[in-house]
Formats: sequence, C-alpha cells, structure tokens
Amino acid sequence: MESLYLLIPLSVALVFLIGWVFWRALEGGQFDDLERPSHDVLMDDDKP
Amino acid sequence: MLGAERAFCCAGCEAVARTIVGAGFEKYYEARSSEGVRPDVLPPVAVYDDPAAQREFVAAPREHLREATLILDRIRCAACLWLNERVLRQVPGVLRADVNFTTQRAQIAWDPGVTKLSRIVEAIRAVGYDAYPFDPRRGEQLSRHERRRALWRLFIAGFGAMQVMMYAWPAYVDAGAGTLSAHAEALMRWASFIITTPVVLFACAPFFRGAWQDAKRRRISLDTPIALGIAAGFAASAWATLAGSGEVYFDSIAMLAFLLLGARTAELFARQKAGRELDRLARWKPAFALRLSGGGSERIPAHMLTAGDRLLVGAGERVPADGIVEEGDSSADESLLTGESRAVAKPAGAALVGGSINLEQPLTMRVTRAGADTQAAAIGRLVERAAASRPLLVERADRLAQHLTTVVIATAALAWAVSGNVWIAVAVLVATCPCALALASPIVLTRAGAQLLARGAALTRARALEALERASDVVLDKTGTLTLGKPVIARVVFLGSENEARCRALAAALEACSSHPLARAFRRVGHGPTVQGLRNFAGHGVEARADGRLVRIGSRRFCEQIAGAAPTDREAQVFLAEEGRWLAAFYVEDALRPEAPEVVRALAARGLRVHLVSGDAPAIVGALAARLSIEHWSGGATPQAKFDYVARLQAEGRVVAMVGDGLNDAPVLARADASVAMGAGADVAQLQADVVLTGNRLGALEDVLALSRGAMRLVRQNLGWALAYNAVALPAAAFGFIGPWEAAIGMSASSFIVVLNALRPLTKEARWKASTSSSPSPSPSYS
Repeated sequence: MESLYLLIPLSVALVFLIGWVFWRALEGGQFDDLERPSHDVLMDDDKP
Repeated sequence: MLGAERAFCCAGCEAVARTIVGAGFEKYYEARSSEGVRPDVLPPVAVYDDPAAQREFVAAPREHLREATLILDRIRCAACLWLNERVLRQVPGVLRADVNFTTQRAQIAWDPGVTKLSRIVEAIRAVGYDAYPFDPRRGEQLSRHERRRALWRLFIAGFGAMQVMMYAWPAYVDAGAGTLSAHAEALMRWASFIITTPVVLFACAPFFRGAWQDAKRRRISLDTPIALGIAAGFAASAWATLAGSGEVYFDSIAMLAFLLLGARTAELFARQKAGRELDRLARWKPAFALRLSGGGSERIPAHMLTAGDRLLVGAGERVPADGIVEEGDSSADESLLTGESRAVAKPAGAALVGGSINLEQPLTMRVTRAGADTQAAAIGRLVERAAASRPLLVERADRLAQHLTTVVIATAALAWAVSGNVWIAVAVLVATCPCALALASPIVLTRAGAQLLARGAALTRARALEALERASDVVLDKTGTLTLGKPVIARVVFLGSENEARCRALAAALEACSSHPLARAFRRVGHGPTVQGLRNFAGHGVEARADGRLVRIGSRRFCEQIAGAAPTDREAQVFLAEEGRWLAAFYVEDALRPEAPEVVRALAARGLRVHLVSGDAPAIVGALAARLSIEHWSGGATPQAKFDYVARLQAEGRVVAMVGDGLNDAPVLARADASVAMGAGADVAQLQADVVLTGNRLGALEDVLALSRGAMRLVRQNLGWALAYNAVALPAAAFGFIGPWEAAIGMSASSFIVVLNALRPLTKEARWKASTSSSPSPSPSYS
C-alpha cells in the first residue's frame, strides 16, 4: 500500500507530461490533416 | 500504361496521359478511384498576375517570396491531390507546395522573379484540374484554430476522465470494507481534484460561456443544466476534498465532460466540412473585372465594383456582376446559374447575369447590381442558411429538450429546497441531462451526410431526409435526369447526291467551332475537309466555305436562305446545305442513361409511384415512359404545369420527391417535399435541391432513399430511448432513489447507447452491395 504514496503523485505528474506532449503535437500541426498520412503510405515516392 | 495498351477518347487526353506517365507519375492511374471528367471552357489565367488583384489573396513576406492559398478543383480522390502536389513542386520557381488532403487546398510559395501565379495555375490545368485563389478572409486560420482548440479540450477531458476513473476505482471496489487506508483515499481524492480542475475550468469552458451568455439574455439553453450540474458537482466534490469528509464525484464529472465534448467536436468538424463545400462556390464569383473609366481601363477586384460602373467583358470571360449590355452583340452561357446549356443571345440592352460566361464577342456592360446584391450572391446566402437546417423531427426534439431543461432545473432547485441535500439536486441535473435528446440526431445526420457524399450524393438540407423517407411518389424529369443531357446523332437523312462521308465530315468541320449545345453531337463524327471563313451566327448556325462553295449548318430557316425551299424532313433539328442544294438532315437525340431502366424498376419495387414529367413533345415523353414502363407521365409540360402536377399530387396527400435539373425545374424542385438534382446540371439547381447527385449517376438515387430511411429510423430510435430514459430518471433522481454517481453512470450509459446506436450501419449491408454492383460500367478512359 505504501507504494501508492509514490505512484499516485507520479501518475499525476505523468498526466501533465503527456498532456504537454499532446499539446506540442497539436500545435505542430500533426492533427490538421488526418487523411494524408494514410495515403502517403500508398503513394510513397522514391524520387525526391 | 500500367502494362497494357490503352485507348483514348481523343488525342488531347492521350497527350495528357503521356505527360503524366512521362513525368514518372504513372502511379496516379493506379491509385485513382474514379474516372476523369471532360473539361469545360476555363477562364483565362492572366488576371491572376495583376498586381492590383493579387493584393486580395497573395501575401508578400519578402521581396522574392509570394505566398497564396489555392482551392483545388475537380478533385475526385486522394490520388488527384497527390498528383497536384507533385506537379506544383515541379514548376520552376515554386519554393513550397503543400496540399492539405482534408481541406483540399494547396499552400504555395513562389519566387516572383522566376515564375508567375498564372504559370502555376496553368501547370495544374495542364494535367486536367483547376485551381483558383482562395480569399484568406474566409477564415481558414480561424477554423484551424477552432479545430485545434476543440481537440485540445477533448483530449484534456478524455485523458483526465480516464485517469480520474482509475483513482475512483479503488474507492468503488472497497466500498467501506476498510481495506483502503484513509490516507490513501485522501491522496487519491487530491489527485482526482488536481486532474479534474483543468477539465472543469478549461475543457468545460464552452459550456460555462454558453450558459453565461444565455443567462445574460435571461434564457435557458442546453448548456445551462450542463454548466450547473458540472459546477455544482465540482464545487461539492472540491469542498468534500478540502474538508476531508463527504462524497466526491470527480470521475463522473470528468466522464460527463468528455462525452459532451465528444459530441461537440464531432459537430464542429461536420460544420467545418460543410463550410469548405460552400467555399467552393466562391469560384463562380469572378475574381476580377476590367473597368472602363474615362479613356482607359483598369483591372480591379470584382468586389470593388459598384452599380453604374462600365465594364469590358472579353470573349470567354465570366461576367463579374449583374448588368445590362451597352455595346456589342454576343451570347452568354448562363448554365452555371440556370442549368440551361443553350447559349442565350445578348444584343445591346439585354440583361447579363453575374457568373455567366460571355461566349463570342467582347461586350461593354453597365453594372446594375454588384457584390452582395447579385443574383449569384443571393443564392450563395440561401445555401449558407440551408446548411444550418435540421429535420423537423430533430427541431421538435431540440425544442422539447429546451422545455425539459427548464423542468430539470426547476426540479433540481425544488429537490434541493425540500431535502436540503445538494447531491439530490446534482443527481437530478446530471441524471436527466437532456443532452441524450440533443445528442441523438447530429451524429446520425452527419453520418448520413458523409455516407451519401461517398455514394455520390450531397445532402444540402437535412430536412429532406424526413421527406425522402416518407416519399410515396417520385417525379422524374427527362432531359438530363433520365437522359444524359448530351445530344447524339440518332439518324441522318441524306437529301442530295453528295456521299455520306463527305456530309458527315462537312458537318463536323463546321460544328467544330460552334458553342451551340447541339454542336457537341457532331464532334466525334470524324475529321473533315478544311473549311475557310467560319462564321458563327448565334442562334442560327454556322457558315463557311468548302471547296469554294458556301456551306451552312444550322436551323432550317438558316439553310433555306442559301438552298431554297425546305425538304420534307421537317422534324429534324439540324440541317446541312450548300449553295443551291440541301445535303443532309440530322435527327439529334438525347441518349437514355444506361442505368435509368434499372433505377425506375428499383423505385417501383420499393413501392414508390414513379412519374415522368417533361417539357419535351408528348410523343417523345410517352415513348420513353412506355420503354421504362412508367405509368404516370405528362409531356409538353411548362414549368407551371410541372409545378401544378406536383401540387396536385400533394393535394391528394402524397409525399413527392422530385428529381430534375436546370432552370425549368427550379420552381417545382422548391414545391416538392424533397428535391434531388443531378450534379451535371447547373450550380443553381444544385443549390435549390435538397440532395445533389454529385457523381451525376442516377443510381445514387436508390442509395439516397435507402439511407434516408435508415437514418430516420435511427433518429427515431434514439429520440425514443432518450425520452423514455429521461421520463424514468427525472422522478427517480428527484425522489432520491439514485445518487449522483448512479446518475452519472445512467446518464453516461444513456449517452453511450444513443451514440452506439447512431453508429450502427444505416442500411443493410446486402442492399449496399447490390446497389454498388448496379453502378454503370465505366466508359472509355478520359484522363
């Protein structure tokens, strides 16, 4: 049971960390176009 | 190509295909999911380079850098978008080109010293698409911000809810057994409190804002009980946490917030998608106009025009505003607005409609109405208003939800006053959340819209779903609906001694340069002798010299002038004559859509009464009706007669769905309970119809009917459930039979059931497959 006293604060910290990661991804535009990545796999282009 | 020999409709298409394959983009043909379309006349691109006009849509952050957003047009699938992006990046001088697959827009940056915007647009046109500048004032930036903000709120609520649920779980399992130490429990409460705080204060802010704005206007909305319930629940839980005694319901609050925000976000995405479709309509507002002032002329953006301006409209250009012809004699294609593909003569004094295309000669016009006053703009506003509409049933449900909201708040206040227990009030507020009522329909409607779009039908008014479901009669128009709306030569009568091949070739050579709709029937006849001095007589025909002799093609009267008395074939529509003698008479016919018989049969099989009403000669309409075994038909119908026909059916208590296209149908489309327009028709017909068959495939009509039935069934089930649930939950919570956490579970479960039900297939799978296989086999490949 004592482990809870460490794990719960840790999990709260983790929640905010993951929230921050998601925020970065969102502001980086990763969620602006959700259709394109699925097509990029099919239409990958070897030539630059 | 793709390892096989390919045939093309013409040398032009072959050249395009060669270009695409030659540049290494063969993959496009592998990945594309629909056939190409034939191009229309495109307006010239040179106007895009005008510095004055560019001010409107081009950003110039540095000296050698220009940026703009283009709306890509004629996009049919993701492969098209990919191809466009590749092509854009290959244009020398283009620094950056990014195509967003969701919005179908291209962000481009280029060096004005190396290339021009017109060259970039031409590159896109060269592979068969079109692009037009997008006015950034339409709020692209704003909608992106809105989208990100909504996702961020949803994430906070969802992730927070999951985490808080984990902290709440031990307390539920333990339930007073004492295995959980008081300290550990307090710690979990604090953790829940910390995580729920941003969920309530930030993620739920839209509810509080909405409730506050309504409160200021002394109104109650759906936001009000949500805001009250969340605020009361959070305040009481926070107090219990601080005081160290009492119940906490952070998990219920966070879960509630997540479910409600999920529905909101789905609605926002659907709304933005509809908005983007509307932006496409901006295309038929011409971007620029050439204004005559004093002795000279200047090119100005069309929205700066005012009534009274004098403009020069070149041949092939779009008319920028409503007005009157001052000088010149030309004809205009108003099909974009009216659906009538026939060129309309425009002598001096004739009225011009903004958005139509001037076909033959340059015209000088005086503007009578510009900008927001034009007919085109008025129609645009109509669509925007329609986009916000909902089926009657849903509107009634929303009103009911409003009343229920008032009752809920009153009950909660009363329960609190009588019992003195805040948690009973919270339970009432949460348990009877009328959002199940509000949630029940948007998801179904959005899904129905999306599935219809995928099947080649755009729903422009949700209200139509109801009427389509109840429809007992389907009234079909003939031209462009049951037929392709493309004329073909059905029969040729040779009147002279001239051999057949030469007659056909002459006709093709003469009609090659005509813009008359019937001329299209002659295009494929063959390559003919060279003719000199082609002259176009708008509304009459074409004249030229072949082997030194005067040749005419066109109406009977037009040919009579050079050939003498008319031949016997008076019914033919097009005649060919040489000086002094008649050569041939052509019967031009509009071919039946290949899928038409099957669609008519399927409609009858659904128990619908099928009618055929057309403006064509009764004999022709009757023959077609017999061929399709349509019992009820009416020929030679004027627009008024069509209108009366539908009105008469409605007076008999029938629910009428009208399928048509074009100007003649506009009033009757409006009169019918539900209207469907073929996508090949004009934009105006599209706008006035409830459903537009964008794929120009009549077979989609079946899907529309099947889907509307399925969608309305789900809406009804959901509303029924929400009503039944609330009828039970409200008294139960008010009398204290259920606590807040049970209320939250009940409410979440109710929402969940409604959402899950809304996500069920709208139609039976088997029917889908049947209708898929019934689509016509593709015609020869066009690129």
